[in-house]
Amino acid sequence: MENSSSSSIVSTESEKNSVLNLKETELRLGLPGSDFLEKKAGTGISLFGKDLKDEGNNGFSQIPLKNLVSGAKRVFSDAIDGSGKWGFSMKGGSEVDLGNGGSENNNTLQSCLAGPSGKEIGNPNPAKPVEDKKNENNSTAPASKAQVVGWPPIRSFRKNTLATNLSKNNVVEGKSGLGCVYVKVSMDGAPYLRKIDLKTYCSYAELSSALEKMFSCFTIGQYAPHGLPGQEHLRENCLKDLLHGSEYVLTYEDKDSDWMLVGDVPWEMFTDSCKRLRIMKGSDATGLAPRAMQKCKSQS
Amino acid sequence: MDPKLKKTKDSSSNSANSPDSTHSSFLFPDEVLERVLSLLHSHKDRSSVSLVCKDWYNAERWTRTKLFIGNCYSVSPEIVARRFPRIKSVTLKGKPRFSDFNLVPQYWGADVHSWLVMFAKVYPFLEELRLKRMTLSDESLKFLATSFPGFKALSLLSCDGFSTDGLKAIATHCKNLTELDIQENGIDDFGGGWLSCFSENCSSLEVLNFASLSSDVSFDALEKLVRRCKSLRILKVNKSISLDQLQQLLVQAPQLIELGTGSFQQELTPRQYEDLETAFSNCKNLQTLSGLWEATSLHLPVLYAACASLTFLNLSYATLRSDELAKLVAHSPNLRRLWVLDTVEDKGLETVGSSCPLLEELRVYPADPFELDLHHGVTEAGFLAVSHGCRKLHYVLYFCRQMTNAAVATIVQNCPDFTHFRLCIMNPGEPDYLTNEPMDEAFGAVVKTCTNLQRLAVSGLLTDLTFEYIGRYAKNLETLSVAFAGSSDRGMQCVLQGCPKLRKLEIRDSPFGNAALLSGVEKYETMRSLWMSACNVTMSACRLLAKDMPRLNVEVMRDEGSDDRQADKVYVYRSVAGPRRDAPPFVLTL
Repeated sequence: MENSSSSSIVSTESEKNSVLNLKETELRLGLPGSDFLEKKAGTGISLFGKDLKDEGNNGFSQIPLKNLVSGAKRVFSDAIDGSGKWGFSMKGGSEVDLGNGGSENNNTLQSCLAGPSGKEIGNPNPAKPVEDKKNENNSTAPASKAQVVGWPPIRSFRKNTLATNLSKNNVVEGKSGLGCVYVKVSMDGAPYLRKIDLKTYCSYAELSSALEKMFSCFTIGQYAPHGLPGQEHLRENCLKDLLHGSEYVLTYEDKDSDWMLVGDVPWEMFTDSCKRLRIMKGSDATGLAPRAMQKCKSQS
Repeated sequence: MDPKLKKTKDSSSNSANSPDSTHSSFLFPDEVLERVLSLLHSHKDRSSVSLVCKDWYNAERWTRTKLFIGNCYSVSPEIVARRFPRIKSVTLKGKPRFSDFNLVPQYWGADVHSWLVMFAKVYPFLEELRLKRMTLSDESLKFLATSFPGFKALSLLSCDGFSTDGLKAIATHCKNLTELDIQENGIDDFGGGWLSCFSENCSSLEVLNFASLSSDVSFDALEKLVRRCKSLRILKVNKSISLDQLQQLLVQAPQLIELGTGSFQQELTPRQYEDLETAFSNCKNLQTLSGLWEATSLHLPVLYAACASLTFLNLSYATLRSDELAKLVAHSPNLRRLWVLDTVEDKGLETVGSSCPLLEELRVYPADPFELDLHHGVTEAGFLAVSHGCRKLHYVLYFCRQMTNAAVATIVQNCPDFTHFRLCIMNPGEPDYLTNEPMDEAFGAVVKTCTNLQRLAVSGLLTDLTFEYIGRYAKNLETLSVAFAGSSDRGMQCVLQGCPKLRKLEIRDSPFGNAALLSGVEKYETMRSLWMSACNVTMSACRLLAKDMPRLNVEVMRDEGSDDRQADKVYVYRSVAGPRRDAPPFVLTL
């Protein structure tokens, strides 16, 4: 579905393609409908707004999730070896794909349990890396962190009560009149979130620019060849590799708890109603991304 | 031990050996024995007493008035009815504890209705019913309300299946109600009208807790109720009650021993603020304070006057900062139990350590459990600080994102009397963040140092070594919770072989397989239950267990789409009632 729509756009926008060909080698964060696509981004990373892709590429290729290893978090895979057969019991939309997960793990597993036994752990069915499961869930759930069923072990009543408290507090902060509107920003596949003050920007363009700087580290890590993150010397190559990367769409949650595409409403209205931001993988934004493409079309 | 009891025991056992063991003139008359035994209240003591001999078994069963059933499926209503003729109070627990965390599907069972039907027949004078993790419908509640004329106390914790309509029935029909305690249930809230169903003659309430219900109740009805019930000692209202309404309630009930406030945020005039302060200072008997939703530094000071007598402060729904907590605990030197959210951070816990030397129990809950930001919440530093200042600490539940082996070792050195140690490092499999090593030594230190340890919950990156330690040292351990831990069958085997007092073992997402399961074959009959989910157990091992041990119920639930051979969720428990007859189709009884 995504392929057909994107390829049709390619054919009708060949002109636009050629104009922006140079842009394609740059990695930028672009909002649909903004003139951002024209902007020279330097070392930024283009995460979305790329309705145009290279020939022969799927518009929304998958992030190789297994290669996303968080810098901040400990690599759980260190503690496991072998092929993961069992995993966390999950529900709520994301199926546990035990078999596939197991084979993916082979790349990243080493047995290194610190302990007296230097031998291989003989257990045939060890744990799946937590990060992998987290990332898989990230792509399906609007929540930014994957949630294992029943973990942490907190009763539903308490969880629900605290969730209401927090959202109330956030809204209160936003209206505090102190002139700052802090909202969380999550990016699918990233191991942690960021918080930004919407009031420090006065346009969508500024917001995009800031976000691309903030989240560039994740995409570099993702698209490093051979899945090795954080290797500086690969930086140049990575930027080019993002050509083949998947598109991202910037979305936000408004006061009615609906997920909206960023860029539709005037900036002030947006800052008033935005509760949190999510940089969504293009493949998840099938409802949203085509509109993004249309907007670009109309603006060119 | 009571010397009288000892004496009767000796003569009893002597006569049991003689050929005339049934000749009761040798012994105390039954009435005397029964009189003595009626003074026993602990159900564990009563269990022991009933095993002495037949006479004692009979005397005990005639004098037991309080029934405690830790697993509703371990026995049947019929068996209970046959054995105990005079029950006035029943405590029933149903689902496995992990059902609190959504690991048990709906309609699993533990329905109380068949019990109620039996109670109505055999115990028409039933006065108290306390249910935990049971399912009950509104019909059951109506049945309860109308079948027991002397019914006094209803306590529902973590139950599901009913709605506020059922509560209406209770309020309407139970004329002598002294206790209505509704806590954290999966309840359908159709409005607060149930409160208005209390008759205007009802003045017997001593305990009223509806803190976990969400809808508004009629404040007028509540106020009148509180005014009439002069013996009210526990009142926990819900969020719909505002601060000025709370003040009006407190004025009617200054005798309260336990108070749960409503919402603690409201624009108050200076006069209202003063009145509220006065109301709190007039509550001279207040020992427990909870609720405090949305409390901020603006209104917390009204509490200070009441804090001096507090022994239990439950702030687990108040997102307090460290400075706000500091001021509160500074006024509460007599605190024995404190529950907080991790918004107070390490700094807040430091003030606890310095202000509450008598503290025995600390619980720190996560305000935002799914947040990944490492800069929020508490760390090992907070726990350490509390352990330095509160040497009497024996119960802890601590949710954190980082911990070290060294910190835990120091903590248990400071507080060697832990009976309940529940540490939850929220990221599964998280190692010692300083050394990157597993957390084995932390829990090793806990079990080595805390010889009175009854309950342990482990977390973080753990190898079999943790379980070796547990098996070797935790000789008083009764309850063990394991998640995302261990390396092989050996871990679980060590625990099963090494912990003589183990009663409840619950395991999830750990690499324990068939060998581990089957190593406990003889152990499970001495335990209440075993839960294993997302482990490596297969159906064949479960079937083997079921076959070898007829007095164990082995139940398996499978996840959608999983291999036919995998036993995704296994629940094993001893039972004299045989396999249960109300199992839903997704529960396979082997």
